Amino acid sequence: MLEKDIKDISVELEYPMGMLKDSSTADFLAKVHARVKARWKSGFSESSFRRILYCAGICVLVLLVAIFFSLVIASLPAIRNFGIWFLSGVTWDPVRSEFGAFPFLVGTLATSFLALIISVIFSIPLSIFLGEYSAQGATSTFIKSMIELLAGVPSVIYGFCGLFLLAPLVRNLEMKLGVAPYGVGIFTASLVLSIMIIPYSASIGREVISLVPSDLKEAALSLGATRFEVIRKVVLPYAGSGIIAGILLSLGRALGETMAVTMVIGNSNFIPKGIFSPANTLASAIANEFTEATGSLYLSSLIELGLVLFIVTTVINVLGKLIIRRMGVGV
Amino acid sequence: MESTVLRIEKFSAFFGENAVLKDINLSISRNKISAIMGPSGCGKTTLIRCINRMHELIPDTRVSGKIFLDNEDIYATDPIIVRRQIGMVFQKPNPFPTMSIYDNVIAGYNLNGIRLAKDEKEKVVEESLRKAALWEEVNGALHRRGTFLSGGQQQRLCIARALAMGPAVLLLDEPTSALDPKATSHIEELIMQLKDTVTIILVTHNIAQAARVSDFTAFLYLGELVEFGPSEKMFTAPKDKKTEEYLSGKFG
Amino acid sequence: MEEPSIRKRILWDKLFKVIIILLTFCSILPMFFILFFITSKGISVVNWSFFTQLPKPVGEIGGGISNAIIGTFMLIGISTAFSVPVGILAGIFLSEYRKGRLIYFTRLCVETLQGIPSIVIGIIAYIWVVVPMGSFSALSGGVALGLMMLPVIVTATDETLKLIPEGLREASLALGVSYPRTILKVILPAGISGILTGILLSIARVAGETAPLLFTAFGSPFMSLNILKPINNLPLMIFNYATSPYPEWHTLAWGASFVLVALVLGLNLLTKFVTRKWKVQF
Repeated sequence: MLEKDIKDISVELEYPMGMLKDSSTADFLAKVHARVKARWKSGFSESSFRRILYCAGICVLVLLVAIFFSLVIASLPAIRNFGIWFLSGVTWDPVRSEFGAFPFLVGTLATSFLALIISVIFSIPLSIFLGEYSAQGATSTFIKSMIELLAGVPSVIYGFCGLFLLAPLVRNLEMKLGVAPYGVGIFTASLVLSIMIIPYSASIGREVISLVPSDLKEAALSLGATRFEVIRKVVLPYAGSGIIAGILLSLGRALGETMAVTMVIGNSNFIPKGIFSPANTLASAIANEFTEATGSLYLSSLIELGLVLFIVTTVINVLGKLIIRRMGVGV
Repeated sequence: MESTVLRIEKFSAFFGENAVLKDINLSISRNKISAIMGPSGCGKTTLIRCINRMHELIPDTRVSGKIFLDNEDIYATDPIIVRRQIGMVFQKPNPFPTMSIYDNVIAGYNLNGIRLAKDEKEKVVEESLRKAALWEEVNGALHRRGTFLSGGQQQRLCIARALAMGPAVLLLDEPTSALDPKATSHIEELIMQLKDTVTIILVTHNIAQAARVSDFTAFLYLGELVEFGPSEKMFTAPKDKKTEEYLSGKFG
Repeated sequence: MEEPSIRKRILWDKLFKVIIILLTFCSILPMFFILFFITSKGISVVNWSFFTQLPKPVGEIGGGISNAIIGTFMLIGISTAFSVPVGILAGIFLSEYRKGRLIYFTRLCVETLQGIPSIVIGIIAYIWVVVPMGSFSALSGGVALGLMMLPVIVTATDETLKLIPEGLREASLALGVSYPRTILKVILPAGISGILTGILLSIARVAGETAPLLFTAFGSPFMSLNILKPINNLPLMIFNYATSPYPEWHTLAWGASFVLVALVLGLNLLTKFVTRKWKVQF
């Protein structure tokens, strides 16, 4: 079979075989190269591969655009019906087909911002600890792993623990304070949420703090400043915008968080009166009522809630990422 | 009597509008070592990358003129075929890190989907490693990863890999500039042994290396071929003033 | 001019350090609590019949989470099948063409996709799959989870391939290997560690997701291998049982939580192992 190949293809061989001293090697290589030459036509062509790559890239773009438009189109009945007053309507009553998103906006903003404040109290010291005091070593690795674990625990588990462990404690607190002892509500939800978002701002904060050039810190130290003063006056101002970006990103996370919040927020469609009231966020309202929605107005109102959520979280996330990219940190 | 294996006619190469090679005319003799030297930026790397059609992989480049390999216009042939007949070894040794030494040598076949019988494979591997003066050192450890070898050994592995395809011409782009002096002299010895097997074109910025190793030398300056001739004559009595200045170190 | 005494400054410095350390350790305390409670409440429930039995109706003791476990794996299988091929190809696309407006916008889209709340993804899967199909299904759940996995895989592939030195590609092209083969047989294998890490991490992320499945996969008390029918999985089961009024179901939920946390942590550990073992030295 090989001899036949040579005879058929020998006219196509590109270079004389006499250049090789050893003729058996020459024969052998000639046979092999006959096959090489015969083979070049088959195989995947470059242009079709490039086209496939291009399609995959476009796919991603198209996906995002399609998501946005699907949400808008599905919300149209509600948009047409309520217009911009959807966002300010204070009543969410499926029975009377009145859908106002304001209670959920309040619930979302209240829980998210409260959670943000609580988490920042812990995540900034955490970033400073891991970025400044303990950047290497066993303690550092241990704490970093713990943070990773915190971020990896599923949301429903947080909700479960929040419902069975935290809510009773909050109920006791409420009884002591003389408030209605629901146990669930904005306060509980904010607490659970704050624990969940600590890892996001902490890891970004840690990175930007560790990126502060050491010669700046050494210059300050050599002038006689204490560690505390160096951190306060050199490190934090330098890393400031990065830390804020990390906080923005954890806010984005908090706004979209569903399961844990749904399980401990008390599921009430009225505007919460105080920090211990039950409420609903945009996400928890969708989670609670989507499967029971009857009628296209009800469903499209819920979807419009999703649209609002989509826009808000996207804006905040993009803002946060832009700031981070400007600072040169890989997220 | 020397025959010409590679003929470069009125060849120019461009990066965008910028001409990096201007009207090069060159004939490379078969089974000889031809060195291409010149100061940084003179276009010597671009030249050999045009010979194996790697230059065109960079966006916004073009060429004009012709290059003939054994009387066949390489710009009229599929570049993949050209690259299988003209091998290249790079400045920084680049064995495939996921493959063993054995697989590295026959990578040219494996990656192209050319199936060889087991004994054919073994023959090619042994032949190529012997020609690259690496067989004695790695025989017995052929299935270890290629990245465990020293720099000089890795470079010889890359040479073996290129030789396994049985190319007519082997292009070497400053093959020893990343190696220590001992490895460098091994490679230089190897190059001189290889010229019986394959025609060698060596790009180097090391004048002494060109003098030691090559039969013919081309001197390139700012994209133009200033002088080309037998190395002995060139290094002792260069015709062009620029060549003389370069050789005596007036610029580099 | 008044100058704060040095002793005072040193005092502040020490106080600051103490506060920082205190707050740091406080912030990781919740992790210990969660792990402790889940383990203590869940481990007593877990036994062989827990894994192999279907959940029993209310009022009957015992029962297991077998359908939830199968469902978890099925959903992961469907979502992986959707997201991995497209994700890797899109990642190759981004790393091959570094510049240009298209690339910039595509990267922006990937980052945006990653930040979309999971419940919104659930709504999308509802609109795109459940409505045309007319019913809840494992398929729609898989699509939702696949949408969540996609951006993570694209980013991981892109970042990994960007780090591969140019010399590798040149070596392959110089041997006359065609461009598609160079990418698929040389570049991708060299980056396999990073890509696999991305895939495993995204699996760990979606294994615990509930929100996108609430109205896609929906959940079911039965064992089902049919991708066109609703399906149960661990997080859904935990949610439904934890929020129910029945204490027997709460117990099951603790057991299921234990299994879920073990699964997610196990995946994270596996990822670390894979990253180290398959890392390619250049």
